[in-house]
Amino acid sequence: MKTNDTSRREFISATLLAGLAVTGCSSGKNPFEPDAATIETVKPSGEMIKLLSVDGEVIEVDKAFLKPVPSLPQVSNELARQGIPGKKFVMVIDLSRCKSLKKCQSACNHMHSIHPGQNWIKVYPQHEAEHTAPYWQPTTCMHCDEPPCVKVCPVDATFKRQDGIVLIDSDRCIGCRFCMAACPYSTRVFNWEDLDLPKEIADKPYSCETSVPQKKGTVGKCDFCPDMARKGELPHCVSACPNGVFMFGDMNEDVVTNGSETFRFSDLVRDKAGYRLMEDLGTKPSVYYLPPVNRNFPFENKEEKEETKKS
Amino acid sequence: MESLAKEQIIKDLLPQKFGKAGKIWVGILLAFCTLGVIAYILQLKNGLVVTAMRDYVSWGIYISNFVFFVAISLVGSLITAVLRLTQAKWSTPLTRIAEIIAVSAITFASIIIVVDMGRPDRFYNLFIHGRLQSPIVWDVIVITTYFFVSILLLYFPLLPDMAIMMQRKDQTGMLWLNKLYAYLGKFWKNTAAQIHISEKAINILSITIIPVAFAIHTVTSWLFATTYRPGWDSTNFGAYFISGAFLVGAGAVVVAMFVFRKAYHLENYIKDDHFDKMGKVLVLLALLYLYFNVNEFLVPAFKMKKSEEEHLMGLFTGEFAYVFWFAISTAMLIPIFILIQKKGRKPLPAFIAGLLVVIGSWFKRYLIVTPTLLHPFLPMHDVPESYKHYFPTWQEWAIAMGSLAGALLVVTFFARIFPIIPIQETITEMEGHEMSHKNV
Repeated sequence: MKTNDTSRREFISATLLAGLAVTGCSSGKNPFEPDAATIETVKPSGEMIKLLSVDGEVIEVDKAFLKPVPSLPQVSNELARQGIPGKKFVMVIDLSRCKSLKKCQSACNHMHSIHPGQNWIKVYPQHEAEHTAPYWQPTTCMHCDEPPCVKVCPVDATFKRQDGIVLIDSDRCIGCRFCMAACPYSTRVFNWEDLDLPKEIADKPYSCETSVPQKKGTVGKCDFCPDMARKGELPHCVSACPNGVFMFGDMNEDVVTNGSETFRFSDLVRDKAGYRLMEDLGTKPSVYYLPPVNRNFPFENKEEKEETKKS
Repeated sequence: MESLAKEQIIKDLLPQKFGKAGKIWVGILLAFCTLGVIAYILQLKNGLVVTAMRDYVSWGIYISNFVFFVAISLVGSLITAVLRLTQAKWSTPLTRIAEIIAVSAITFASIIIVVDMGRPDRFYNLFIHGRLQSPIVWDVIVITTYFFVSILLLYFPLLPDMAIMMQRKDQTGMLWLNKLYAYLGKFWKNTAAQIHISEKAINILSITIIPVAFAIHTVTSWLFATTYRPGWDSTNFGAYFISGAFLVGAGAVVVAMFVFRKAYHLENYIKDDHFDKMGKVLVLLALLYLYFNVNEFLVPAFKMKKSEEEHLMGLFTGEFAYVFWFAISTAMLIPIFILIQKKGRKPLPAFIAGLLVVIGSWFKRYLIVTPTLLHPFLPMHDVPESYKHYFPTWQEWAIAMGSLAGALLVVTFFARIFPIIPIQETITEMEGHEMSHKNV
């Protein structure tokens, strides 16, 4: 049985993202089998649950009326190209909370079956100048509104959707790597060799939204996990981070959440002086950074220490 | 007297069978090509992992070789078009050499770019999903156009020569060659009307090829200049690439002139005067390229923006300094020094200068592509150590050298099958020359 806290966390993110609630299901039968008859015959349990409606109002619903969202089938790649209507996904990365645990990275690598050694999420030890403070800077794909990679792709294999997400169709990519040269954030990786994937993953048809399975000779990168968004869940990096560094949400709803805390996006970015990387290039990223002030952790570069030990 | 001279010209210029040196030469080239093909088969099987390219250096010597080929192919337009239109008559014996270098180089540029693709099996996507906003698609369009214009510029002046060769079946030797000539040029009857059409067509093509030639190399430079990266983000790039291209192409022609003259005893046709004139052209082009290099490096070096600094210092004094100064001196400074002297424009020193230009230019292309990729905006991080360096693997070298050998092989076989110096044009010019003498 889940604790109140986690079910609340899940349900908030779920409501925010898809307007559908997910809570624990009490009955023993398969929750993913749609059964119209049961909906009619459900008896109120008397246990009321507060919900945030899509209009932003708090409503109370009997727990018995809630049902789990069935696992949605993967959308076709034509639909994946269009994106989710009415959404404009954004991410806020709070640098004051990052201590380079890299849980985001390992969750991402695992969920996307990325080639060992390569990473879609990188955590840079940034140190801009001699007298400035060092800090950790995780980077995802910036999902730019003026994406240089999309501009240069000769075959429309990488594309920008109406919800702001930039994805790759690995079934179309010709592997010219022009997008990698064009991306100023070095976010794209290339599958130089055959990936040693388990058969059940390798045999799946490629989906632009899950970016799985990665294919030899094509480019891959962070996809903002739109398959999770469709289910009303957060990207893997967001839910994997124990320090709540990543906040994900919808700019149209003006809300971002890391799963346990939820913020009004515009307030957060204004109050904490959020900024984007390489603003001067005019790429208009969808990822905002909050500066590393009032930090939760001191900056300790273990990698560097290890390197100096070796040498 | 006149007919004897004519017979002599034909006899001198008819294609000849390979001698011993020729056979060894072809054998060496074939060996390189075979090695390249083997390396490519390995690459097809295992993927681009057989190269040293990784996520940061995602373009390596395949791309610099591509730029080199596109550059060298520009010489076709320089010699056949620019010199023809400015009525520099002395260039007539060089036109075919330049044009076959152009055709061969542009063919191998296309091949090497397919070699660089991660999914060559999806090449057709360029046609079914091609989007006009990508500079790669512009490149596909202009390179294809340039290829066909160059082929026609090679083919039309060949027609009268093929007629001559068909009249001399016994001298050309092999039967299949005559079949080839007949297939390609049997319709040519040397009538006044045909000559008129041919001349007109060549004139139109000569004018057409100039903007197309500028386009192929400008667009190639834009593959780099349309990105944000330090070292590529330059408005100077188009002109910088074109001037460098004319230089390396002219260098290649001087080298080819020397080799053909030696191999086929063409001293009466490719004269010392030709080396003198081409030497002067080379000096001019090298100075021009030097000028654009000064612009390309001195201006950003004056400012030393943080993003440019690592890149520039890497070239000037850092890990690429040896290659950088080697390329600058062999492609420009030393050839200028040799060719600016009258003695330096004799065939042998001019040949050496031309060879230096070609070698230096190949390394220059490498420097344009790779060092920039090693200096991304965000420092290289969270990748295996091997991702932070680049030195080509043997497969890359084999493929790159194999493609260069392939281009030379095309030129070599062409000279075996067709007269490398236009016979009919040489005769016409000789006759015109004598006519004007008689009139005087």
